Order: sequence, then structure tokens, then C-alpha cells
Amino acid sequence: MPDIEDGIEDRIEAANSEALKRMLAAEPVLVDVVRAGDAIAGLEERTILHAGPPIAWDRMCGPMRGAICGIAVFEGWAADLAAAERMAERGGFTFAPNHDFDCVGPMTGMTTVSQPLLVVENRAFGNCAYCAINEGLGKVMRFGGNDAEVLDRLGWLRDGLAPLLGAALRHAGETGGGIELSPLIARGLAMGDELHQRNVACSSLFLRAVAPHLAAVSTDSASLERAFAFIGGNDQFFLNIGMATGKAITDPANGIADSSVVTAMSRNGTDFGIRVSGTGKQWFTAPVEMPAGLYFPGYSEADANPDMGDSAIVETIGLGGFAMGAAPAVAGFVGAGAASDAGLYTRTMREITVGDNPNWTIPAMDHAGVPTGIDIRLVVDANIAPTINTGIAHREPGIGQVGAGIARAPMACFRQALESFAKTVGVA
Amino acid sequence: MTVLLNRVRRGAYADSVALMRLSSELSAQDGVQQVAVMIGTPANKDILADAGLLDDTGRGAEPGDMIVAIRADSEETAATAFGLAESRLSEGLGRVQSTGASWRPKTLRAAVAAQPGASLAVISVPGAFAAAEARKALRRGLNALVFSDNVPVGQERALKEEAQARGLIVMGPDCGTAILGGVPIGFANVVPRGRFGIIGASGTGTQEVSCLLARHGAGVSHAIGVGGRDLADAVGGISTLTALDMLDADTATEHVILISKPPSPAVAEIIAARIAQSPKRFTLCFLGAEETSLPENAGFASTLKGAALAALGLPAGEIWQPETPISTPLRGSRIVGLYTGGTLAAEAQVILLQAGQAVSSNAPVPGAAALTEVPAGHCLIDLGDDAYTRGRPHPMIEPSVRSAPLADACRDATVGAILADVVIGHGAHADPAGEFIGSLESAGPDRPLVLASVTGTDEDPQNRSKQIERLRDAGVIVAPTNADAAAFAASLVQA
Repeated sequence: MPDIEDGIEDRIEAANSEALKRMLAAEPVLVDVVRAGDAIAGLEERTILHAGPPIAWDRMCGPMRGAICGIAVFEGWAADLAAAERMAERGGFTFAPNHDFDCVGPMTGMTTVSQPLLVVENRAFGNCAYCAINEGLGKVMRFGGNDAEVLDRLGWLRDGLAPLLGAALRHAGETGGGIELSPLIARGLAMGDELHQRNVACSSLFLRAVAPHLAAVSTDSASLERAFAFIGGNDQFFLNIGMATGKAITDPANGIADSSVVTAMSRNGTDFGIRVSGTGKQWFTAPVEMPAGLYFPGYSEADANPDMGDSAIVETIGLGGFAMGAAPAVAGFVGAGAASDAGLYTRTMREITVGDNPNWTIPAMDHAGVPTGIDIRLVVDANIAPTINTGIAHREPGIGQVGAGIARAPMACFRQALESFAKTVGVA
Repeated sequence: MTVLLNRVRRGAYADSVALMRLSSELSAQDGVQQVAVMIGTPANKDILADAGLLDDTGRGAEPGDMIVAIRADSEETAATAFGLAESRLSEGLGRVQSTGASWRPKTLRAAVAAQPGASLAVISVPGAFAAAEARKALRRGLNALVFSDNVPVGQERALKEEAQARGLIVMGPDCGTAILGGVPIGFANVVPRGRFGIIGASGTGTQEVSCLLARHGAGVSHAIGVGGRDLADAVGGISTLTALDMLDADTATEHVILISKPPSPAVAEIIAARIAQSPKRFTLCFLGAEETSLPENAGFASTLKGAALAALGLPAGEIWQPETPISTPLRGSRIVGLYTGGTLAAEAQVILLQAGQAVSSNAPVPGAAALTEVPAGHCLIDLGDDAYTRGRPHPMIEPSVRSAPLADACRDATVGAILADVVIGHGAHADPAGEFIGSLESAGPDRPLVLASVTGTDEDPQNRSKQIERLRDAGVIVAPTNADAAAFAASLVQA
């Protein structure tokens, strides 16, 4: 039992309350779709932002390498995938985490200059966060897919959907309050989404909200038809909006002295990293774990890549694995879990969070708020690792998603973070 | 041989997670190579095609249809799998068996949130972590009962000082017994509520005294455990003093019985001074201590039985004798005591010493000798001592630890009498008398006189009368109290 100076605990509690207060006070609004190079300061040609904590080419997993080669071809930096790989090996690209550039990205999380990014503005604090547009299911770049079909789709997203959607979102802002995300997410939770594996309700609600604005700004019905079909045909369309929302909510809560609240959880397929408010932008990393889950036809655990993506930002704001009680259907991913056991996950996550979010509630759990504000002290003390609902990529580049399941954040990240945090608050 | 077959259910929908689960169940059937059950959207059909699981039937499915695709060793196997798929789909895929797990808090914080009115935390974790947990309890405004042992004495003092500053109490460490407002905690017996408050530095001492009071129709207001070291210099009696304050303030309590090993002289003085300020009556039972000068409102008792009788205002009485006198002489001259309750072992030592007998023990009271490697003379063993319990439950929970020493004593021709305790109540073994008899019988027919007592009440789950009956049926002489058993044994070796 280390002797702890009187008052330190009170200071930590106060700082954590402030962190939670900032997260709960956020007002995220989807305002625009912009070209990454125009919006992100410091994002230059041949710079590739990726998911997770920093990582060099030689330690990257298969799908991450596949996505990098694909995006390099897409950006015109390499003639083909083989050329891109040689460039990467020779240090031809600069790699950096999305999180250092106000961005997040699902799975491999590729962000480069010409890509269109969704812009979520946190009106309570004035900050913005960015995320690419969700490509849909199956063989897609975020899961390491990189063939012509994948690159063509990215081209249409950039040249077709993005300008239209950006105009529609600006129209929504000019004619009303814009697409306010907090109430939309609240309704999605009530409709059975947990916002990580399941976004079908939020995606539908979003399309309903944006449809009149798309129609208002569209000049040709064929483009409009394709936009509707793409958004309406992608149950996970909202995931990327939810992720940018998570980043927009957590950034103002980072950098509060004495706060032990987690402000980012993220994986690059090799390492899992977390950031803690009181230790600012420092990453605490440990090897990622294998998700446990179900696989698409033709694939098994032998094909699976370890846990990957910035998408665990949604767990950081109390959604995903923390909101499992809202999405009984998703509970089946853990194997033996029945729909009626879903609430156990949410209640268990409440053991490691500072408080609940009264704006995002779960009807089936008597409208309990989702557990919010992961406290690294509670994680280590209770020995309960955050539950993350995730997609599973193939371990080889170029194949894509092969399943979905549940992953645990490695305890080692939280132990390291706690040791560093303890030093910052003056506990030996 | 391999067959690929698709079937399409028109207009059927089920959640994709449920379908993936069904797919993995079907894939696990004998002779089935691969199964996918999916809704027939273009994206899903692409996935099926990539996996080589789509045939012309499946290709014809609409987005509102469900495709069941099966690759199997034979048409028969595939047909069986289709049959299973049909029955699963028709009985409803949502019907997965719940694990039945209900949510249990894993931390004190969550437990308090789930039960905001709680005022006490019971802490039973390995000793190295007990103080940290107890401190959390105190900081949440909870009193703490620390069941854990092996808590360093410095941590005990720090905890108790923090509790004192917060107006709370820490019971323990190594607090086995408490009865708070009629609620038994740890090892405790079903006794009526009444006018006697008990402050016990020992668990079985509190049990024996509360049961003797109950047998005389008297009850207990609160029994507060303070831990075996509370009255040592290192701790300074902090919890005992807090317990005294609490019982002083409790209108139901008229008389307080304090049970402990002999306190340090300095702490005894502090306690005596505090007692002198109390409006209540006191009986102090310091097992193995010399009677010292006490405040006017306090009396001294040297045994647990004596404490109960003095508190009730009853005389000590004659030495108890069994209904049927012992006709044959003892087989040997030695008494061996095998106790699951440490304070009962201490009380027996005190009684043998008072009868002028030399005694050794692994937990000697003042005046008794430490146990030697080759036991000689009367030996009274506390089987709850670390040497016996390391890596196993306390003998009150798992009394089988007594079997081996019992067999040794039966074989040893120098042993004339065996003394034993049978402790029942909440927390104790479900049938300690039966367990004892079993050990005795497996030791063989040749055995010394066996004397026992049962600490408990008829209201306890094990029922004291029934436990006594079982012991008597097995030829054990059962005395009304632990003190009586020891005193009678002493009278036999003196004769």
C-alpha cells in the first residue's frame, strides 16, 4: 500500500470530472466533406496517415502494407502495387498516426492528401475532427483491399460522392442547424445500434436527414441515385461519422492535468495504443490481441489479422462494446452470449468508467446512460480491460474483411499508462 | 466427393449475426465442409461467389431472400444439414441459451453504486491486498470488516487511525465473527437479539459466549470483532475504543462483554480508563491474564463460560459430571486437545492450568509452554494455526485437517483423553460432528476417552441438539460447554 499524499486523489477526481464534463458537453455536428490536403495542416504529398500509434513499415501487418500500396497507387505516387511496395521499403513515404492530425480512420485508416474527409465540428469547443467516407463492406481499402475495384470506388467517393455530400451538408447548415449528431446517435442507440459493429439505424437516420439536402443541391438525378444507393446500401456508413464524432468529443478532454481518463484507444494491427488526458499526446502501447468472433464464408481464425483501427475511439466515448446493452443482436459475436446477456457487458464497463452519459441511454437497461470516461486507475484496479467490438481483416494484404468479433484492449497499455501518470501526479 | 447445393428461402430475413452463428453450427456437422447462410444482397452474393459457395439457385436469389449454401461430402449429408437449417430457422434463431449469468459487481465502487445505502464492506482478499481494499471502503464512508489475515500490523494501525478520523470502525484484520444488528457476518451463530454487547478480539470466543447467553435466554445487541492484535501496543486498542463508543451510544446495550487475549499493560490502562467513564456494566475476559484492578462498573472472568455466567449474574457452580459416571480408569495420563477454534483451545489451557496441570500448546496462553517436537504432557492444539491452514481452508470450514492428529492421539497409549470442539453456525462446515465421527471411526476401535462440546444453538442450520446426539451415538462424551469438557478432563487426570 503506497503512501499517497493527501489531496492527490481529490485532485484526480476533480480532473476526471472535468474530463467527463467536457465529453458530455460536446455538440458534434457533421458540417462538410473536404479534401484532406486542404483541411489538414501539415498533410503533404507522400505523407500517409494510418490508424493506431506510430509504426514503421518494417513492423506493419499485411493489411496495413496492402492499404499503403493501394493508396500510393490511388494518389499516383506509384505506377503499381509492386512499385509502391519498393518505395515504402526505401523510405519513400512519411508515416504518421491519424490521431496527430485531428483525424481517425477505421481499420488500416489510410488518410492522404486527395482523399475526401467528413468534417465533424464540436460546436461547444470549436474543434473539428476528420474521417474518410466509409467504403462499404467486403473488399475495401480499410481492410487492406487494393485492387482496381477498390481504387475505382475510392475514385468515385472522391470525385462523385464527396462534392455532392459536402454541398448537401453545407446546405443543411445554411438552411438549419446542420446534421446534429448527438441526438441522432441517441435515437440510433434506442433502435438497436451500438455504433461500432452495428450502425444500421444511425446510417438510416442519417440518410433520412441528409436526403432532402442531397436532393436540393444535386443537379443530375443519376448522381443522386448513386449517392442514395451507396449510402442506403451500406449498413456501416455511419461508422466513420461516429468515429469523427468520437475524436471531436475526446480531443477537448485531452491534456487536463491530473486526469486519468482515456482520450484515445487505437490499433495499427501490430500495437494497441492509448492516450490519457493527464499525459497528453504520449502513447502507451502493447501488442494487439486477436479478436474472438465469427467469420465470413470461406474464412476462419487462421486467416485473421490481429485487432486494428482507430475505430476504438467509439468505445472511448461509451459506444461500441460499452453500449452492447443497446444492441442485443451484436452480443452473439462473443460466442455463447445470448441477446439477454448483452447488458452484462455494459454493466461491466461501468466498473471502469468515471460516469454515465445521460444523453445516450439504453432503453432495455431502464434508460441507463452509456458508461463514459475510461479511468486507467479503475481498469488496472479491477483488472477489467475495455471491450471493443470490431471488424476482422484478413492477415494478407489485398483480401479485405473476413469477419467480425470482440477484442480486448491489452492490460499492459493501462499498466504502463498508470505508472507514467502516477509520476505526473507525484506518486512514486 | 464434394457437392455444392444452394437453397433459397423467399422473403426470409434474419439478423446477420444470428445467421453467422447458424453457419458455424452447421459447418461443425459431420461431413459438412462449409456452410454460409446469408441474405441475398449483391454484396453477400459476391462474398459467397468468392468463397466458391454460390450456385445457380443462389445466383437467382433476390435481396429479400435468404440463401443457405452448403458444401458437403455427399447429397445425404447436405440434406441433413439443410434439415437442421430449416428447423433452426423455423424455431427462431434468437433462441440462444442465455448463460444465466447475472451481473455481479467486481469492485467495491460498483457494489456501492448498486447498493447506495450500504454501510459496511466485508473484505476477504489475500492479506497483501486487504489494506488497500479496506482503505477504499473507508474512503467511501463504509465501515470495514477485514476477514483477511496476514495483514502487516503497521497497515492495520494506519487503517484504524484513518477509520477513527472518519468516524468509522475497522473490524479485524483476521476478524472471523461479528453480529451487527442481528445480522451474522463470517462465522456466527443464530442467537436472539438482546441486552449484551460483545467486543471480541477472537471469533470463537464471541461465538461461545453469545451461544451460552442464548442458552440462558439472553440475547446480543451487537457483537463487534476487533481483530486479535487490537489490544497490542502496536495497534493501541483503536477499534476496541471505537466499539466501546458505539455500544455506549446504543440504547439496546446494557452490558458489554470484552473478550481478548491478555492486552498490553499500557493498552489495558487506556481501556480501563475508558470503561470507567461508561454508564454501562462490563465483563472483561482476558484469557490467560491475571485479574487486575478494574473500574467499579467492570468484573473479570478468566474463561468464556465464566464471562457468560458473570454477565448473567449467575454463580460458577460445581464441576460438570456426565450423567453416566466414567467407570474405567483412563488408558493413559495425557490429555490431547484438538481444536478448530483458537479461543476454545486457549480457554481449555486456562482451565488445565487453573487445575494445576502443566500444558503445552502451539498457541500457548501465559503460563503454558510452547509445543515441543516430541509432545509430552498435556498438549492442546489450535488447528487454525498457520502451520495447519497454509493453502487450505480454516478447520471450521474444512475440519478434515483434524483427522491425522486425531488418529495419532488414538494410537498413542500415553493419551488418556482427547478434548475436541465442534463449532457450528453460519460459515461453518455443514456437519462438523459427522466429520469428527468419521475421523474417529477411521482411527480404529482402540481409542482413549473422547470429550467434546458443541458451540452453537438449536437455531443454527446444523442444529446443536442433533450434532450432540450424533456425537453421543458414536460414544463421544459431550459436555455442555468447552470449559466443562476441559474441567472434567482435568478432574479425571487429577484423580
